[in-house]
Amino acid sequence: LSATPEIPKEDERPKWDNKFQYILSCIGFAVGLGNVWRFPYLCQIHGGGAFLVPYFIALLFEGIPLLHLELALGQCLRKGSIGAWNTISPYLGGVGVGSWVVSVLVSLYYNTVLTWVMWYFINSFQEPLPWSVCPLNENRTGFNKECYESTAVNYFWYRKTLNITPDITESGTLQWWLILCLAACWAIVYLCTIRGIETTGKAIYVTAIFPYLVLTIFLIQGLTLPGATDGLAYLFTPNLNTLKNPRVWLDAATQIFFSLSLAFGGLIAFSSYNPPKNDCEKDAVTVAIVNSMTSLYASIPVFSVLGFKATTAFWDCLDRNIISIINEFDLPEESIMRDNYTSWISLLNSSHPEKIAGLKLKSCDLQEFLDQSVSGTGLAFIVFTQAIILMPGSQAWAILFFIMLFCLGLSSMFGNIEGVFTPLLELQIVSKSAPKELLSGIICLISFFIALCFTLGSGSYWIDIFDRYAGSVPLLVVAFFEVIGVVYIYKIKRFSKDVKQMTGRKLNLYWHITWRFISPLLLLIVFMAFITLQMQKPPSYTAWNPKYEGFPMKEEKVYPPWVQAICVLLAALPCVCVPLVALFHLIKKHRSKDPSFVPPEIFSCQGANS
Amino acid sequence: YAWDANEEYLFKAMVAFAMRRYSSKSTTQISNVLLCNVTDRVSFWFVVTDSSKNVTTIPGSEVEAAIRMNRNRINNAFLLSDKTLQFLKITSTLSPPVEPSTPAWLIVFGVVLCLIVVGIVFLVVSGIQKRKKKNKESTESENLEEKVEVTVTLENGIPCEVLDLKSGHVNGVFAADDERFTSL
Repeated sequence: LSATPEIPKEDERPKWDNKFQYILSCIGFAVGLGNVWRFPYLCQIHGGGAFLVPYFIALLFEGIPLLHLELALGQCLRKGSIGAWNTISPYLGGVGVGSWVVSVLVSLYYNTVLTWVMWYFINSFQEPLPWSVCPLNENRTGFNKECYESTAVNYFWYRKTLNITPDITESGTLQWWLILCLAACWAIVYLCTIRGIETTGKAIYVTAIFPYLVLTIFLIQGLTLPGATDGLAYLFTPNLNTLKNPRVWLDAATQIFFSLSLAFGGLIAFSSYNPPKNDCEKDAVTVAIVNSMTSLYASIPVFSVLGFKATTAFWDCLDRNIISIINEFDLPEESIMRDNYTSWISLLNSSHPEKIAGLKLKSCDLQEFLDQSVSGTGLAFIVFTQAIILMPGSQAWAILFFIMLFCLGLSSMFGNIEGVFTPLLELQIVSKSAPKELLSGIICLISFFIALCFTLGSGSYWIDIFDRYAGSVPLLVVAFFEVIGVVYIYKIKRFSKDVKQMTGRKLNLYWHITWRFISPLLLLIVFMAFITLQMQKPPSYTAWNPKYEGFPMKEEKVYPPWVQAICVLLAALPCVCVPLVALFHLIKKHRSKDPSFVPPEIFSCQGANS
Repeated sequence: YAWDANEEYLFKAMVAFAMRRYSSKSTTQISNVLLCNVTDRVSFWFVVTDSSKNVTTIPGSEVEAAIRMNRNRINNAFLLSDKTLQFLKITSTLSPPVEPSTPAWLIVFGVVLCLIVVGIVFLVVSGIQKRKKKNKESTESENLEEKVEVTVTLENGIPCEVLDLKSGHVNGVFAADDERFTSL
């Protein structure tokens, strides 16, 4: 006689429609803007192909173990980050709170980056592209001064998009066009996360797969461009000497860590919606490898396009010199071409050195143009947009490129928002009878109003600060405590039993070694190195100041003390949650003088239906 | 095309035309325009003389103004542009880009925003409808439970519904098939 079971409480918890949706969501969360604009840059400055060595070592000893840990944790405990850590031990609840705070801070500024992408996207429907021509000055005799001295692309980014102020202390005004785009972006986020994974699960099919399509198209197009092979050779030529520099290893470790979006709580939230018997080990390895492969795959079109841009700039430089020489010496047209330029120069230098010197010719060196490495927003909004102007059919390329960036960022936003949303749902901030749509609406609305301060003139300086301080150090701290918490407080014996119950296999020796020793040690070393590097010089930033003598170079400025205090606050706030919550519980225990919480030993994954 | 004496003639004609239009005097002739220092680069100096006053050249500023006024016609006569036919010291007046009354990006933005709003409204409304249906179903099942509790038929001291809910496989042999039994 089998008793008909009561309707289990698990059915109330949302589920993924299928396994593919879950894997795709994790991949979409991990694969973000950093894969496109940070990894190729790191490859370039750290000796090309040689960078892959520390990168894959870091993946093996830091990325995959931590990822497996988070996915297994969420699947076993079936709760969001705050609930999960509270369940493991109330003293560790601070870890969950810390990762929740980081998710909040990152969601705020990340969507503003998407706002910029959207602004460029809606401006791509014009002929000619607005960042390809300079506007005229007042009496129409020439171009706008700021635009003329820098380039049209720079002008469009710094003036027409950001309307940037020369200093972080000058806030400037709210830019209405950015507010409109910000509202649209938060509306899109609301639309996709309105019912939690029910809706993001559908949206992820598009936002996770579409970027791969576009990358392939750009790959094919990029390889046909002139100069692409120069760019690729430059990127991939290994320079093994760079491996001696510890900075390279540090960058590889941090890149793997931040690229996989660990310690945000989003991965825990995603895997908490899984059925209990799911092979989280295979999932972790899959997601990590796909993420790294995507980084590699993305760097190929990026560098083909950069090579093309460098070659075009090199040719322009040559052409300008040729024109001035022809004008000066009154030679017939087309007497000097790019290929015989050097022989002509040496000839003229020997015969008329003073004239050549008087012309003030700029030295054109292809290597110099290739060396101009950029990462981050500079790569996407300045360098790449300039390259797009040079391609035939620029509007289509621009539209494709910005939709791809938007999809990449949006799928990462889903993970961030899920990391904020799921714990709040479980904490029951809003009453249970209220619909989920209301909670997600409130989150999006509040975030929109706070993010308005990033649309000020100085907004992009603030986003840099958030990116450097809120989205870096706290994650390392949270991840460190995650590993320590699971391995030494929850005890790895129990955890390996839970994992065996979920995957059906005993834990490999590899996981034991990495979880117990290697990963925490690596995290500690990376954290120390990171802090040491930050402390070495006072934090500074580069400002766009048209009145600077070295314009169009950016002016190097130091943060004023009150801004530095905010930086420290941003970095310390999530970290300080960890000891604060532990302290709070300690005081409560002493106050009540009886163990009012379930000791961790009684709890285990098998009884995880509560 | 090659630069020969005919092209030079055309150039002189265009300059004369420009002077005529500018000063509205019909006295400038092609012979008034003099070219010198012609190089292979195709660059040269030219002056415009005034035939009414003896062998004096018209001041450069006047010539500049005349050429500036008719730059477009001169360019088109040679199928060249401001960049390829350069007059030193004459800066070109640039034409501003065509600006439509509503900026193009605003239109695209409007389209995108409309799509988003439609999507949100659709999802919210469908969510509300689903909730209403669920509420109606739960109240219906509540009514059903009330009815069941009223008539509690007993069988061996065990209420029938409990029997039905618990274990119990339906024994096919004793299926309530009325035709099997002889009617009374």
